[in-house]
Amino acid sequence: MSGQMKFKQFLGKYGIYLVLVAMVFAMSLMSPVFLSQDNLLNIVRQVSVIGLISLGVTLVIISKGIDLSSGSTLALAAVMAASFGQAGDWAAKMYPGIPELPVIVPILVAMLVGTVVGTVNGALVAKTGIPAFIATLGTYVSVRGLALLYADGRPVSTLTASYQYIGQGYILGIPLPVLLFALMALITWVMLNHTKFGKNIYAIGGNIVAAEVSGVNVQRNLIKIYMYAGMLAGLAGLVLSARLNTGQPGMGVAYELDAIAATTIGGTSHSGGIGTIQGAVVGALILGVLNNGLNLMGVSAYWQQIIKGAIIVTAVVIDMRKNAKKK
Amino acid sequence: MSYDYVLETRDVKKVFPGVVALDGISLKFRSGAVHSLMGENGAGKSTLMKILSGMYKPTEGEMLYKGVETVFEEPVESIRLGISMIHQELSPVPHRSVMENVWLGREPLIKPTPFVDHKKMYDDTKKLLDDLELSIDPRTIMAELTVAKMQMVEIAKAVSYNSEVVIMDEPTSSLTKKEVEHLFKIIRRLKDQGKAIIYISHKMDEIFAISDEVSVLRDGKFVGSYDAKDLNTDKLISLMVGRELNDLFPKVQCPITDVKLKVENLSSAGAFENVCFEVRKGEIVGFAGLVGAGRTEVMETIFGMRKKSAGTVSIDGKTVDIKTPESAIKHRLALLTEDRRQSGIFPMLDVKDNMVMAVIDKYRNSFMKLLNHKQIRSDCNEYKNKINVKTPSLEQKIMNLSGGNQQKVLVARWLLTDPEILILDEPTRGIDVGAKAEIHALITNLAAKGKAIILVSSELPEILGMSDKIVVMCEGKITGMIDRKDATQEGIMKYATMSS
Repeated sequence: MSGQMKFKQFLGKYGIYLVLVAMVFAMSLMSPVFLSQDNLLNIVRQVSVIGLISLGVTLVIISKGIDLSSGSTLALAAVMAASFGQAGDWAAKMYPGIPELPVIVPILVAMLVGTVVGTVNGALVAKTGIPAFIATLGTYVSVRGLALLYADGRPVSTLTASYQYIGQGYILGIPLPVLLFALMALITWVMLNHTKFGKNIYAIGGNIVAAEVSGVNVQRNLIKIYMYAGMLAGLAGLVLSARLNTGQPGMGVAYELDAIAATTIGGTSHSGGIGTIQGAVVGALILGVLNNGLNLMGVSAYWQQIIKGAIIVTAVVIDMRKNAKKK
Repeated sequence: MSYDYVLETRDVKKVFPGVVALDGISLKFRSGAVHSLMGENGAGKSTLMKILSGMYKPTEGEMLYKGVETVFEEPVESIRLGISMIHQELSPVPHRSVMENVWLGREPLIKPTPFVDHKKMYDDTKKLLDDLELSIDPRTIMAELTVAKMQMVEIAKAVSYNSEVVIMDEPTSSLTKKEVEHLFKIIRRLKDQGKAIIYISHKMDEIFAISDEVSVLRDGKFVGSYDAKDLNTDKLISLMVGRELNDLFPKVQCPITDVKLKVENLSSAGAFENVCFEVRKGEIVGFAGLVGAGRTEVMETIFGMRKKSAGTVSIDGKTVDIKTPESAIKHRLALLTEDRRQSGIFPMLDVKDNMVMAVIDKYRNSFMKLLNHKQIRSDCNEYKNKINVKTPSLEQKIMNLSGGNQQKVLVARWLLTDPEILILDEPTRGIDVGAKAEIHALITNLAAKGKAIILVSSELPEILGMSDKIVVMCEGKITGMIDRKDATQEGIMKYATMSS
């Protein structure tokens, strides 16, 4: 094996990290503010919401599925959690009768709401056999409707201090959303690489027939994958509502697409069986750095979208070439 | 509990919508014996295997496992009971490691945590592979193994279930002779351990080398079970096809005239280099070699599917530059690809659409470019009859046809393009004897009409029986050219294993 081959393999494996480093370097040259501690923390805090979603989406895509409902799930979880986390002295409370609840209640509500939506997605995919794209397109529409219905189209605002702390607080100088994202990333990584469930996800995405023949309970695993992805979208809703001190039914529009983009940039293949959590994290960071850097440079939001789209497609083209070469 | 037969089927019948796939199958399998199952494609072997491994449920009849009537609800259950199967279509999870593939669905855990015990997984796989004398690192990614090695891993996996009954469905289809011997060693060991082996293959020599008993199916019906000692090739073939098959290779010497295709110093980086040969009108040039010798890659390059890095291809003495299959077809080349399922058929489309796919332009009306269905039907019917495709109708989905008939539909597809040069890559792989003979006759016929034909095949009898000239490749190079009259199996094998 020649040195050139090794270099190519190295690029294939770590190329995505190099892209991130190169981007950070380029941005820091163009804007003096970029590398400031405040700005960097700002980036990772912004990334953590999309990042949480993309962790679950990664599992879904490895299993050769897709989840379009994350943004809607986030909104439903946000309004429902917020409705159980409003400050006691607020006049326009959704449930004026109940006292101020401990923060664990909205946390559990957000996770539960996400899990329920995920279960519906998973059951639709596993039990009816309809394509995941269609199943989650359906929930994408309906769940958004549910969120609007529940909140009667209005924001659910003024949350308790401990609720807001989830989105705005710091521990040891690190924003809480970032810590939560890091923790969930670690848990998901362990799950994917060190549990039977993780092995089964790769197997289902890589060769569903082989998985079935080997005794993997494909249906049950699929449901679990979507449940977990839903739960993470719910958590993202909790974090976002906490940061903004409001849960709104119109929140998180197109977040699912950003999460899919992050996952895809991170090297998870839509043909199934390939993908990593590290990739999803780096992918989300790349998107965050890009957004932030372009903002700092004063690039218009319209151009930002165009650039983002181009980057997603380029990432997949490179990834496909990499996989084709191996053959 | 005592029982005479570890596994038994009694009058098993399986009906699919419109087809009786199996009718009254009664088979008895003994522990410590190799029981081969023979029959043409479409005879019902695969259906029967799927019933035995719990993927299908029989419509009627009963199954006895260790003397007790049993219903297998799903594959997991038959595996648990002690029946494991090596599938004809390899079923690895490509991007995962060998050990993850072997223990898929039953990964060892570090009790009481939910974490997978990777060390135990590695050790167990290593021991398993060592026991079977396979030198494969358990950590290798499956997709990086050769097809033959993947096959061996599948076999190791079946062994690892420690089953009472091991079903092997065409386990040797991609193995070299040496690997087949290795497999037979494993089979004999399993037999000595008292396992029952159910062995399916189309290769006669293997059947006689390994079997104790042979059962024959024909058109979904049970023909009989025989002691392997009482059979010979001719007798077995006649049992399978229900008639005497006297000529498997109907080679007719036809006039060989001008050079049609000339390939000079053709190379494709990383796949093969310096390939030179020519094919004349009316000539059949056989390409022999082991799996991975680069034969398929040469053909793909000639057909414009793969980039060449050097060399020239000329047709009728004129250099041509073929970069896409489309331009290859314009130059009246046809390539019947090696992998029928992956690059041949459109499984969800019907026979008719599958046949006309390469020439669909021909059927567009001048009016609004709509398709002339009447013409399509009549052409398809013509070819269906000409090459004897067995299908209930042209509207039947091709995936419901047997492998041999699918292959005939693909041959028809290429014949409809009216080619001058036909490249046939493993045209009879996985096809039963009857259909094989028909395809051989077809090839001979085409040669007689002055077509130039390249036949790539891993079956030496086919190469020897059909070719006028044999090109042997090894590791991306041509290592030998043999004339029909000088060719022997040993001669070809010598060149095929001659690494430089």
